[in-house]
Formats: sequence, C-alpha cells, structure tokens
Amino acid sequence: MRREAPQKLSDYGPLFFPAMMLIVFFVVPFATMIAVSFFQRQQGGFYVPAFQFANYERFLSLFFANVLGFSLMLAVTVAICCVVLAVPFTYLLTRMKRKVQIAWLVALLSVLSLSEVIIGFAWSTLFSRTAGITNLLVMAGIMSEAKALLPSFGAVLTGMVYQAFPYTVLVLYPALVRLDPTLTEAARTLGASPIKAFFTVVVPALRNTITATLIMVFIFALGSYLLPQLLGRPQHWTLSVLITDQAIYQSNMPFAAAMAVFLVLVTLGLVALTVLAGRKGETA
Amino acid sequence: MTDFLKQNIGRRAVLGAGLAGASMLAMPSILRAQDKSLKVGVYGGYFKDSFDKNIFPDFTKATGIAVEAIAEPTGEAWLVQLDQAAKAGQAPADVSMMSQVAMLKGQATDLWAPLDMAKIKNGSNLIDRFVNKYPDGRVAGIGAVSWYITLVTNTDIYKEAPTSWQAFWDPANADKLGLLALVSNSFLLEVTAKTFFGGTNALDTEEGVQKAFDKLAEVKPNVRLWYRDEAQFEQALKSGEIPMGQYYHDVTGLAAADGNPVRSTFPKEGGIQDSGCWALSRASTKVEEAHVFIDYMSQPSIQALLSRKVGTSPTVKRELMDLTDAEFAAVSSDIEPIIPRYDLYQTKSDWLNQKWTELIVG
Repeated sequence: MRREAPQKLSDYGPLFFPAMMLIVFFVVPFATMIAVSFFQRQQGGFYVPAFQFANYERFLSLFFANVLGFSLMLAVTVAICCVVLAVPFTYLLTRMKRKVQIAWLVALLSVLSLSEVIIGFAWSTLFSRTAGITNLLVMAGIMSEAKALLPSFGAVLTGMVYQAFPYTVLVLYPALVRLDPTLTEAARTLGASPIKAFFTVVVPALRNTITATLIMVFIFALGSYLLPQLLGRPQHWTLSVLITDQAIYQSNMPFAAAMAVFLVLVTLGLVALTVLAGRKGETA
Repeated sequence: MTDFLKQNIGRRAVLGAGLAGASMLAMPSILRAQDKSLKVGVYGGYFKDSFDKNIFPDFTKATGIAVEAIAEPTGEAWLVQLDQAAKAGQAPADVSMMSQVAMLKGQATDLWAPLDMAKIKNGSNLIDRFVNKYPDGRVAGIGAVSWYITLVTNTDIYKEAPTSWQAFWDPANADKLGLLALVSNSFLLEVTAKTFFGGTNALDTEEGVQKAFDKLAEVKPNVRLWYRDEAQFEQALKSGEIPMGQYYHDVTGLAAADGNPVRSTFPKEGGIQDSGCWALSRASTKVEEAHVFIDYMSQPSIQALLSRKVGTSPTVKRELMDLTDAEFAAVSSDIEPIIPRYDLYQTKSDWLNQKWTELIVG
C-alpha cells in the first residue's frame, strides 16, 4: 500500500478528534499556566492578572538552582540505571519462549498498576529498621544489627528505578523483538563471544531506541513528587515537591507556575540537545 | 495552617467514612420539614460527618432551624470562594468554620459580618482567645473547635516521658524525630520562641524570627522525617522506627488506647493549640439564625459533647463543663498552650516559607 499525502480537507478528518483533545487537555492548560506565571501574587490573598517577571526573578537563586540541579541529576541517574538494567533484561527476555515472555510481561504490567503511594510505602517498610530487609541479613548472620536504610538517596533511587523499570522494558521490547537474529548469528560465526556480540552488534543497532528510552524515563522521573518525600531527606526533594508546596500549601500559584514553566523549558532544552547530539553522531 | 487542616481531614475522612452514609440519608428529610434554615460550612470529611451525626439533628430539634451542611474544600479555596461570592452578593454558606489565618485574611476584605454578642448569651462562657475580633473591636468570629499538637514518644524506646520541647534539641535524640514539614503547620517557630526566648512575642521582629530560625537549625540533625502525610509518621511512631516527634494529642491518645506503645505529653512550655472559628459571611441574609447557631454551639454541654464525640478541645472554660478529668485530659490540658502567631502567616508568609524551605532543604 502506498502512502499518499492528504488531498482534501476531509482527509484531515481523522486528525480532528486527537487535535481537539490535545488543545483542550494540553494547549489550554499549559497556556493558562504560562499566563499565571506572570501574574502578581497577593500575599495573604490569591493573585491578580498582571505582567511581571517577579516570579521568575525569585526562582533565579542559588537555592533553587541547586534544587533544579538535583532534580535533573536524579532524573538522569534514574534513566541511566533503568536503561542499563532493562536493555540486557529485555534482550534476554526476547530470546525466551513465548509463554515465559508473556508471564514476565504480565508481571511487569502488574507493577504498573501499583500507585506511587503503594510503591513508596512498600519500600519504606522494606528499608525500615524494625521490619526491613536488614532483619533478614541479621538472621542470616551477615549483619550484626538491623538498621534503617532510609531516608537516603539510595532509597529514593531504588524506589524510582523500580517504578520506571516496567515502562523502560515495555518501550524497549518491540524494538528488541524485531531485531534481526541473523545479525548476532553472523557476529557469532565470525568468532565474537555472546557478550561481545551484544555490545558490538545489538547495542549499536538499537542506538536510537536507547536514546529515546533514556529521554522518556528521564522525563517520567523528573515529575516524581511522592517517592522523594517518602524515601528521602529534604535535600532529596525534587523541584516538583517545592512546586506542590507553593501551589497547594502557600496558594502561590504564580510562583508555582513560574517554577513549572522553568522546569519544562529546561527539560525541553535538554531533550533537544540530546536529539541534536544524536543526529551529529549519525552523520559523523 | 490550612494545610494542617487538610491533612487532619485526610486522616479523619478515613475514620469517619463509615458514618457518612447514614447521616447523608437522614439530612434531606430534615431539610424539607423546616421553614427556617441555615447553610453551615464545615471541613469536609471527618468533621462534617461527625457534625451531621452528633450535632446538627439536635440543633434542628432544639431551635427549629434546619441545617444544610456544606463540605468546605480545604486550603484557602473556600475563603476565596466566599470572598468572590460576597462581592456578587451571594453566600455559598451562611456560617463557615474557618482557620485562624483565613479569619485574618477575611478581615482584610471585611468579609465577616460583625457578630452581636448581645444575641450570643453563651459567648461569656468562651475562653477569651476564642473570640476573634477586628482591629476596631467588632467581633468577626467565635471559636468553634480547637485541637492540640503535642510532644509524642514511643514508650518502648523512651521509658520516661520527656517533659520539655527541649528534648528536640537533645543531641542524644539524633535522627529520631518526626516533625511536620511546613512552617505554617508545624508551628515550630512558636515552640522555639516559647522554649528558648521567653514567649512567642520574641517573633515580633524579623531579627527575632531569624534568631528562632537559627536555634531551630540545631534541631535538623535530630530529624529523621519531615512529614506532610500523617499516616507515615503515625506508623513509624507506633513501630518505634521514629520514636519521637510532634503529633495530634487526641489521635495519639486513641492509638495508645488501642494498645500501641505511644504516649502524648504536654511539655511544660505547653502544647500547640490550633483552632477554627465560626464566621458569618457579610452576604448572608440569615443573620438571626446564624446567631442562634453560634450561641447553641458555644454552650458548655455542646462543647463537652464535641470533646467526647469528635475529640476536639473545648473553646469554653473548663469549670463550666461536666467533663471528667480523664475526658478532659484526652483532648486538652490545663498547662497554658502555645498559641500560633497566625498574624505572621498572613503578613510574612512568603518570607517565612522561603527561610523555612532553605532551612530544612539546604
């Protein structure tokens, strides 16, 4: 079947519904947020329409730069951990029998059905001193005394990787299933070990998929709000936590909106950079 | 302040959920039967359910005024709605239960109709601080309910109850505390001022507040958890994971009664007493009914009933009520409480919030 460019207005018909949805549920709210970010906050009240940069000025401080920097670093770390774990996992998964694959995918999908709250509380119990996994280590004689593993950066990272891992696998899975098995076979017949074949053939062949997955997990992790609170100390709180504080607890919508706009801009900038770097790599 | 209420309700909503069904079925029939009526805004969830069940039906029986309870959204949303509606001459509720910060903000726009104390005979029963006044002396609101945040400990870990808020500063308690995460619901500045600087008046100046912040910074190494979610701390306190902190007096008492190894202590500097007011929107046409309602709610017998059934601390003087010592101790204390400096959260909220966030996050 040949793909033709739309000829008549009615050919665009099927686009109408998704476009409307996108406008109503994305463009309008986002535009509202941008508008509010320029409004004037009334302390002890709400806000009044205005056009001023005060909300952005307040954000431009070392304190918020640190929080933003930490949020980005956390999201990048989560993305890298997820991809490093998920690529070999998914590769091995696609080599398994169909029944085994289905069982794994169902298990991963069921993790997706868990809410962030449940994941957070489950990990906080697992990492606790009184009921956590260190008690098992004590029983096994590996540790002398049970101790709390949270709040800590490691706990936040574990929780977030656990949450994002199923997404990562599900994004990688279609590409890896379609990967031509003759590629690795050729590498093997030419004398490469399975591990060498994986790194020199499979990974490069999947470069674009991996980049796209990294970006997806990064953005997913950037919005995390609950797990850093449940599993981390205040210095592990992301910008999303502070945005929520301003919006819900301080009723400071203009400042919350300004922070959110800033976060979106920085995110888009980083994604654009990644894509650009990827293109340059291809032409080289 | 408002977020404190929000959290309060979140927890209480769960407890009270079972009561909701019956009372909701009962209300419409009462409404139809009466000519006189009053719309009363109450925090949604546990409070509304408890009032619908324990208070409003008897009020209607006693006065012939039907009550339509409105579940108030939490946070400042309700204040904003009342304010906007009053500008248009509308009153979504005649009388509302409002937080102290919301009372001050409403005063700024003259939102609250002045109350005539001559019509509120039971007003003389009230403890003075529960009469909320405009700067010029007009009465803006009357205390509805109050509650305490106290020093709580796990009894397995702390055999002896601490006696002072100074326990938070004790280096021996490193990494053992659970404290509320926001300046406006933890009231730790007030606690610091009362414990170390002679009283909350020390917060009158920015230098005074700064000193309190500096002193409070010494607590940071002792804090394991800054919580927004009550369930998280309550669970950790019961298990001994986080054996000390600040929490609600009545809830801790209930947990102890259920056999959990927890206790609530009123430190010698006093527990933190937070409260809500009844206030009448200036757009309301039900001024007479509103006064009858507020008068009814200020009776010692009703305040005692609230203490027994809802777990709130009374707003009327203790000697007027028939609460036993045990019943009184379950919700309150004779030790002079620490009253939050609500005015600061109105006039300096952004500055305080920024300093606070930098203190705990930085």
